[in-house]
Amino acid sequence: MTLPETFQIAVGALRLNATRSFLTMLGIIIGITSVIVMVSISEGAKQQVEQRINELGTSQLIIRPGASFRGGRSGGAGTATPISEKQMVELVQRLPFVEGGSGNIGTNAPVVLGNNNWQSQITGVHENYFDVRNITIEEGRRFTNGEINAAAKVAVLGLTVVNNLFDGRNPIGARVRIKNVPFQVIGLLEEKGQSSFGRDQDDVILIPISTARLRIAGNRYRTIPDDIGTMYLKIEDDYDMTLAQGEIEEQLRILRKLPPGADDDFSVRNMAEFIRARTETMTTLGMLLAATGAIALIVGGIGIMNIMLVSVTERTREIGLRLAVGARQQDILTQFLVEAIALCIIGSFIGVGLGIVVTVAIANISDWPVLFSIPVILGAIMSAALVGISFGYYPARKASNLNPIDALRYE
Amino acid sequence: MINSIATLVHCNKVCKNYVMGDNVVRALVDVDLAIQHGEYVCVMGPSGSGKSTLMNLIGALDTPTSGSLEVDGNPLQTLNSDDLAQFRNQTVGFIFQQFNLMARTTALDNVRLPLLYSKLDREQAGQRAAECLELVGLSDRLDHQPSQLSGGQQQRVAIARALVNNPQLIMADEPTGALDTSTSGEIMDLFQSLNDQGMTIIVVTHEPEVAARSHRQVLFRDGRVVDDILTGVSA
Repeated sequence: MTLPETFQIAVGALRLNATRSFLTMLGIIIGITSVIVMVSISEGAKQQVEQRINELGTSQLIIRPGASFRGGRSGGAGTATPISEKQMVELVQRLPFVEGGSGNIGTNAPVVLGNNNWQSQITGVHENYFDVRNITIEEGRRFTNGEINAAAKVAVLGLTVVNNLFDGRNPIGARVRIKNVPFQVIGLLEEKGQSSFGRDQDDVILIPISTARLRIAGNRYRTIPDDIGTMYLKIEDDYDMTLAQGEIEEQLRILRKLPPGADDDFSVRNMAEFIRARTETMTTLGMLLAATGAIALIVGGIGIMNIMLVSVTERTREIGLRLAVGARQQDILTQFLVEAIALCIIGSFIGVGLGIVVTVAIANISDWPVLFSIPVILGAIMSAALVGISFGYYPARKASNLNPIDALRYE
Repeated sequence: MINSIATLVHCNKVCKNYVMGDNVVRALVDVDLAIQHGEYVCVMGPSGSGKSTLMNLIGALDTPTSGSLEVDGNPLQTLNSDDLAQFRNQTVGFIFQQFNLMARTTALDNVRLPLLYSKLDREQAGQRAAECLELVGLSDRLDHQPSQLSGGQQQRVAIARALVNNPQLIMADEPTGALDTSTSGEIMDLFQSLNDQGMTIIVVTHEPEVAARSHRQVLFRDGRVVDDILTGVSA
């Protein structure tokens, strides 16, 4: 008997008890469906996060002054020293793997245009900021170094600000008032959408850092004349980030004249690491969900073993007959094993189909990103077959060990 | 037949004991029996006399407690499980009182069953099965399932199944026990014609009409052969 023939006979036997076979498969179907749905959703989420990491630039470090200064309360002279422009320039000069840097002074302030007004995040930045943070200009232009040096009153607007102030008119060249200071709009940022933390990244106005320090940010950034707020550094693409972080910390300690043994009075944050941690959380979640599916599969497998045992008992006379007409133990073992595997594989095909339908439905209803992974689908079918082998073996073994004469006489 | 006078079945001091709880039932006691090629033997005796047990031993469905059996040159006690399966497949054909057909399976597929375990491919097997059904007069019932056939027709399907592998020996255990008299007659006619063509047949029965058709009657009582009468001439 060839294998396809054996399979055909097994399917025939299962069709004789179609309802029961279907109910037996249900465990496998539900298990596979849940695995497909859950893994597709978690893979989709993972892919989205990875995409955002790339948008953010994985080669970016964020350096803030010491924590004790945060919240506006000074922890005493020396501990809360802001990061100065001089330190940034020195860092970029001393460390060849630092491609560029930009300060970032952020303030919430009202913006007015005619009768419209909008509260937005006003951010003072260097010319380099666009490169460091991968920000693209949609229309108009970015600042020049001259404008930064001269503390020019020019602004680049995010889409949300434009939508709230301009009612569809072209913003380039218009004058808006930020904290009552008139600014000329010179550019429009490309739309970025929500950040992975849920913040609207288009609700922003970029102005030269000098202008921000001088006219918008108020006293907070005036403890030293060249305060740059938060420092963003862009690291060479292939450079090891952990290594970069260590060298930057070391240099910064020297520049900030910290005595050996003293705590850092600044913090370095690696965006990529932060987001990677989130990805790992999601992977863990996905694995947890897949484990739930695996448990469903095992429960389904037990259901299959149960029914196969019933089937062996019911068909004892058939087994006896087959032995009497010349079936080897091996033939009987194969027959029942293939039946169990056929149940699982057919069940897993239905499960995969159902899983895809449910996933697509969820994606349409909830707008979640989903991703079907072929290895996962193949893996699901293989594990179903494995369930069939594992849980079908004992009943099949039991069938093949029957004594022909006892089996024939079985009532 | 070249071997027509040679011994086909040889039983030498065959004993079979069954353990039932604390009791040991001696189903067969020192049975010596030889059956030649082409014989039509009827094994008779009351219930529990050991005649079915002997059949099962000759057909390698069961193993003796002691003694030896040789069928068609095969010393059965020396064969392993796979060899025994092949022996059951190739050398003997069984016919049971309750037909033992597979339900919801066509006559053709029932007859083809032993061929699943032989070397024939699917197409050859189908042809051979159809030939055997024609031989028993059921060529117009190939696609019928057992539930659509009469008792006599079902037993004829079972006979076709026993014949399908060209066995040396056909063994029938109460083949007419579940049939009415006229249908029994048809089945016995079929056995008769098979024997006329040279097939060795062993029938277990306690019906005298069935026994009367055979050429040799072996009588069992309490696990022993008590009489062995030649009543006719073997083919």
